[in-house]
Amino acid sequence: MTRDEILAKVQDVMMDVFDLDDLQINDKTVADDVEGWDSLSTLRLFAEIEGAFGVKFLAREIVALENVGAMVDAIASKSPSA
Amino acid sequence: MTLLENLEWLLPPPADFRQQIRDLRDAIAAGRLGDVEPRLQFLANHGLGLSQLEQLAKTAQSYAEAAPNGAMRRVRLGLLGSGTQDIVAPALVATGLRHNLLVEIVIADYGTAVQAACDPASDFRAADPEFVLVSSDYRTLDLEGDVLATDEAAAKVDFAIDTLRATLDGLKGWVRGGILFQTIVPPMEPLFGSLDLSQSQSSFAMVNAVNRAIGEWSRAGDLVLVDIARAATWVGLERWSDPAMWHHAKTPLSIKFVPLYADLVARVLAAITGKARKCLVLDLDNTLWGGVIGDDGVEGIALGQGSASGEAFLDIQRLAKRLRQRGVILAVCSKNEHDAAVKPFREHPEIVLKEDDIAVFQANWTDKATNLRAIAEMLQIGIDSLVFLDDNPVERGQVRRELPMVAVPELPEDPALYPRTLMAGGWFEAISFVEEDAKRADDYSAQAKRRELESTSDVAGYLKSLDMICGCKPFDAVGRSRISQLVNKSNQFNLTTRRYTEAQVAAAEADPDLFTLQVRLSDRFGDSGMISVIIFRREGEQWVNDTWLMSCRVLGRRVEEAVLAEVVRAARAEGATRLIGEYIPSPKNKMVEKHYEKLGFTAVDNVDGVTTWALDLAGYEYPELPMTIDRT
Repeated sequence: MTRDEILAKVQDVMMDVFDLDDLQINDKTVADDVEGWDSLSTLRLFAEIEGAFGVKFLAREIVALENVGAMVDAIASKSPSA
Repeated sequence: MTLLENLEWLLPPPADFRQQIRDLRDAIAAGRLGDVEPRLQFLANHGLGLSQLEQLAKTAQSYAEAAPNGAMRRVRLGLLGSGTQDIVAPALVATGLRHNLLVEIVIADYGTAVQAACDPASDFRAADPEFVLVSSDYRTLDLEGDVLATDEAAAKVDFAIDTLRATLDGLKGWVRGGILFQTIVPPMEPLFGSLDLSQSQSSFAMVNAVNRAIGEWSRAGDLVLVDIARAATWVGLERWSDPAMWHHAKTPLSIKFVPLYADLVARVLAAITGKARKCLVLDLDNTLWGGVIGDDGVEGIALGQGSASGEAFLDIQRLAKRLRQRGVILAVCSKNEHDAAVKPFREHPEIVLKEDDIAVFQANWTDKATNLRAIAEMLQIGIDSLVFLDDNPVERGQVRRELPMVAVPELPEDPALYPRTLMAGGWFEAISFVEEDAKRADDYSAQAKRRELESTSDVAGYLKSLDMICGCKPFDAVGRSRISQLVNKSNQFNLTTRRYTEAQVAAAEADPDLFTLQVRLSDRFGDSGMISVIIFRREGEQWVNDTWLMSCRVLGRRVEEAVLAEVVRAARAEGATRLIGEYIPSPKNKMVEKHYEKLGFTAVDNVDGVTTWALDLAGYEYPELPMTIDRT
C-alpha cells in the first residue's frame, strides 16, 4: 500500500469515526483541525484503524504521534505488507 | 470464534450504511418522520461497529426530539458507574432500537455513584431516569487483592458490599422503573494460580463473594441482574478486559466488546419493559430436521442419534422444547404441503417436538412475511414479539425487509451452531420466572383452539360452554411478582398505564386506603392464570380507580363486567355511592378508550384527552355472567 493509499483509507476511517460527510486531511492535519476529534474519540479512531490496517498501537505511541503524517508513517512501518 | 465479538446472529453492516444514515437525517430534518422508526430499526438489526453505533445513536436522538409522540417505547436510562460511561452511552442508544426501545441516557459524574443515588439534590436524580444501571469494577471497589490477613480481606469484601448496598438503597427510594445491577468481572490475572478459588485474599475470591451478595439481592427482588461477569467468560477474560483501555480512559472492557455489552444491557431493558420476544417461529426443512420432507419422506430426513447431522437437529428441537417449557410460544412457518409437514411430528420415532407443542402451524406456499402476520394475529400478540428461525437466507431477507420488527437470527452454515447462535441474540431474556410463565405456552395453544370453536357458534352459547371460573381476591404475597409483571407489561388494555415496582405492589397490599383485586381465569381448555389487576382508592363515598388492566388474551370473555360487579359489591358493602374511572390515553391503549362507556359509566370530564367517568351505584344492576366467581 502506498503512502497516498494509506492516507485515503485513514480519511475514510475518520469520516466514519467522527461522523463527518466531507473531510480533507493531509500530513499536517492535527486533532484540533477535525471536528469531534477529542481524547475519547481517539480511542475509537485507533480501534478502527487497528482493525482496518491489521496493526496494533501502544498507548505511548499514540500519544507521541504529532500529526496525521506521523500516523501514516507509523501505519506504513507496522503494516505486514510494507 | 467471533460470534460474540461481531454479533454474528445479526447481518453484517450494509455497505451503504453511511448513505442510509444520511438519508435518514435528511428525512428527519425535513419532518418526513412516518417511516423513520422502521428504518432506524432496520439499521440497528445489523452487527454494527462502535462508530456506526455512534452515528445511529445521534440519528435516533434527533428523531426522538423531532417526534415526541412516536410509537416506539421511550426509556430514560441513568448510568451510574465507576468507570467512564461516555463510550458505552451512544452504543446503548443505538442498540436499544434493536430491542424496540428508544433510549435516552443520563450519566452521573465519574466517581459520584453513591452521592448521585442518595442525594435528593443531585443532578442525576433531577433528570429523573426511569431505569438506572449500576456498573462496578473490582479496581474502584478496592478488590485488587493485596495479600492481607484473612480478616482484613473479609473487611474489604464487607466494605465493597456495603458501598453497593448503600447505592442500591439510595436508588430504591425513587427509581420507578427498575434498578439494573451488573455483576463484577474478576481480573484475568491470577495471583496464587488455581488456589485463587479457595484463597479468600485473592481478588478472584473477593469478587466472587461480592457477586454472591448481588445474586442474593436479585433473589430478594431488590434489583434486576445484568450478569456481565458471566458474559465476560463467554468471550474469555483475556479478550474481554483490556488493561490499556482502563489506564487510558477508565473503560473497564475492551472497546471491541462494547457492542456486545450494549446488547446485554438492552435485552434486559427490553425484558423489564415487556419488549422481550414471546414466540419462536420455526421453519421445518433444514431447520428442525435435515433434508426436505416433501422429497425425502419421514425415513429420509436427518433427525436423531447415529449421525452427527441428525443429532444437531435433535439439539435444535431440544432447545425449542426447553424454551416452550419456560413459556415461549412455538409456531411453525414452512413452505410445504400441510399433510407432508405434519408427518414427522406424528410418525418420526425420534422427534422431540410434538404437534401439541406448536400453537400455530402454518404450512402452505404463501410468503413468510404474510404467514408471520397471520401467526401474530392468531396468537393475538404483537408482530414485534416474534423471532423467526429459518435456514434459508432468501426467506430471512424477505422477512427482514418487510417486517423489521421481527427478530431474524442470521444462521451459520453448520446446524450444530444454530442453538448458540439463536440464544446469543438474547431475545427471550427474562427478569423473573413464575409458574404462570411456564403455563403461558399451553395457554396460547388453548386460545387458538377456543378461537376455532368461537367461529362456529354464537357468542353467548360459546362463552357458556367454556365453563369459566373467575378468581377474584385482594393482592397478596403469592401474587405479588405476577401482579408487578402485569402492571409493567400491559399496554393495550390498560386504562392508566401506571407502572409500579414489586416493592410498591407489596406496599399496596397493606394500604388501608386501597381496594385491590387480582383476577384469574380458567376454563375447560386450561388455566389462563392471573389476567387482570385492579386498584381503587377509597375516597369517602366515592372510590376512584387508579389501575385497571387486563391481558388481551381474555378479551371478549366479559371478565371486565365480572370485575366491575366485584368492585361494586365491595363498594356497596362499605357504603360507597359512586365509582370514578379515568382513561389516560397512551400510544397503545386506544382499545379501552370507550371502556367506561361500555360499562355504563357517564362522562364527567375531558382534559386534553384524559377522560373521567362516574358510575352511581344506586342505579347499577348486577349482570348475569357466563362464569362462576371464586373468592377463595
